[in-house]
Amino acid sequence: MTPPRKLSLKQKYGAYTRGLDWDPTYQKADDIFPFAKYEGIKIHDWDAWEDPFKLTMDAYWKFQAEKERKLYAVIDSMAQNNGQLGITDARYLNAVKLFIQGVTPLEYQAHRHFAHLARHLPGAGLRVAAQMQSIDELRHCQTQIHTISHYNKYFDGIHDFTHMHDRLWYLSVPKSFFDDATSAGPFEFMTAISFAFEYVLTNLLFVPFMSGAAYNGDMATVTFGFSAQSDESRHMTLGLEAVRFLLEQDEANVPIVQGWIDKWFWRGYRLLSLVGMMMDYMLPKKVMSWGEAWETYYEQAGGALFADLARYGIREPKYADVAKAEKGHMTHQAWGIFYNYTHAAGMHTWDIDEAHMAWLREKYPDTFAQHYEPRYRKWREQAEEGKRFYNDGLPQLCQVCQIPMAFTEVGDPNTISFRVSEHGGDKFHTCSDGCKDIFDHEPEKYAQAWLPVHQIFQGNCGGATLPEVLDWYHINQGADNMDYAGSPEEAQWNRWMEGRRPVVPVAAE
Amino acid sequence: MTKPVSITLQNTQDGFAIVEAILADNPEAKSNPFPAMTKIDCPGRLEIRAESVSERLGRDWDPQEIHLSVISLSGSVDEDDGVFAIFWR
Repeated sequence: MTPPRKLSLKQKYGAYTRGLDWDPTYQKADDIFPFAKYEGIKIHDWDAWEDPFKLTMDAYWKFQAEKERKLYAVIDSMAQNNGQLGITDARYLNAVKLFIQGVTPLEYQAHRHFAHLARHLPGAGLRVAAQMQSIDELRHCQTQIHTISHYNKYFDGIHDFTHMHDRLWYLSVPKSFFDDATSAGPFEFMTAISFAFEYVLTNLLFVPFMSGAAYNGDMATVTFGFSAQSDESRHMTLGLEAVRFLLEQDEANVPIVQGWIDKWFWRGYRLLSLVGMMMDYMLPKKVMSWGEAWETYYEQAGGALFADLARYGIREPKYADVAKAEKGHMTHQAWGIFYNYTHAAGMHTWDIDEAHMAWLREKYPDTFAQHYEPRYRKWREQAEEGKRFYNDGLPQLCQVCQIPMAFTEVGDPNTISFRVSEHGGDKFHTCSDGCKDIFDHEPEKYAQAWLPVHQIFQGNCGGATLPEVLDWYHINQGADNMDYAGSPEEAQWNRWMEGRRPVVPVAAE
Repeated sequence: MTKPVSITLQNTQDGFAIVEAILADNPEAKSNPFPAMTKIDCPGRLEIRAESVSERLGRDWDPQEIHLSVISLSGSVDEDDGVFAIFWR
């Protein structure tokens, strides 16, 4: 038989991945892969792993180089053509600030931890996929920094995002989420990040946000977002196939994986309250509401996914029903937290104008007019009297998600939801049944949480007064923080827009 | 009930050609336009055929070029010479 002249895609992929692997002879596999067994996951046949994408390293570099060329052409064009003038309104940029402060550092954490998996997963196919993902995540971090650096020349709050990420109260939400994942074992990390976060929830982070960026004239964010998202499709698929592989390998894996899905669905959902708030409150021109995005990307797409996984005995994540029931409340409560504490944030909040309120009433007919509109009207009244409300107390934080405890009981939007657990003689507070379950399952882990408010009270954050704490955060006071109304950014934007067109209110379509 | 699969593509020259090819080759596929992107939903299974995309672009299109245009997808993936499929098992 004459060998084929050209390998098929699948043969080439096999040769370039498993074909390069070998079985150790003079060292024990367990010593080479020391993290592979302690989580209790049983793998009998690594060769049963089916790679979804047949991307080999040579093709990977080719396509990634092409993506970079496209992106850098846009970045140059942005810089040369004063791209910052093309956005719909300066308020929009606050979504970009939250993104670089909160999300970009997670890309770097993901880069580091996928490099760890690329070394420590025993299967060659999964190691190659983790290797590529590690490089992807580094690329995402770098391209986000590079793209947003253009806005840093003109806007506040972007100048020291890595420092802020490690210290600010609201940024401890994404930071602690990822710290939780990277301090778990390799299989929990894959289930947490590749499956629960990337497959089930990441569409809610990137897709409506990037489409929103496009709608708001932010060419740069659209381009890095879609460039990253093209990699993300590969990551999502890896997550789905990795979980399917764990479930197929041994029945004993099913309850372990289900526990991780429950935990990380809830962790991810809580994290996404920041994103939902961006969608409903921070995009001057809006693409879809958080409620609509949740229906499209979780209820429909997730419904199909969990119906598919039902054959392995996997059910929908615990508390998915709570997320569904809260969808008319969550973003309004999150915006309320930020409005209360804008004086301690590296971004602005603002009055919700009439057109925006009309949009919110239309998108949230069962909740907005009754529960949230009166609050915004009251705040507007106070601001007009020169008494813009800032909350001088420090909020209690959830021990697990670290979000200030302002979310309400399901079905009772007038009662704050909080739960209490005891561990080692101390009381620990959580914001929901979802977070309490997570705490109670691993209290030794979450009892160690670095909670920004506790740290301030313990004197670990620069001093006992707010200005001292803000200095320690590296917040440029009077520019990075406080209401948009009266900010240097507002004055600058109005100057830029003079003679161009009337100042556009933050209005819905 | 047949579970839906979906793919979301960038509104670029290549992206538009892929969308057109999908709609022509998968009669049940429905396209939903958004700013900067198009989401295609299809019950059960969706195929992207290299031949159809190449015809529309007027050049040879390699299915791995999907990596340059895709934003998101829902379903399992099978990548092979000539065809890129999204399906539920």
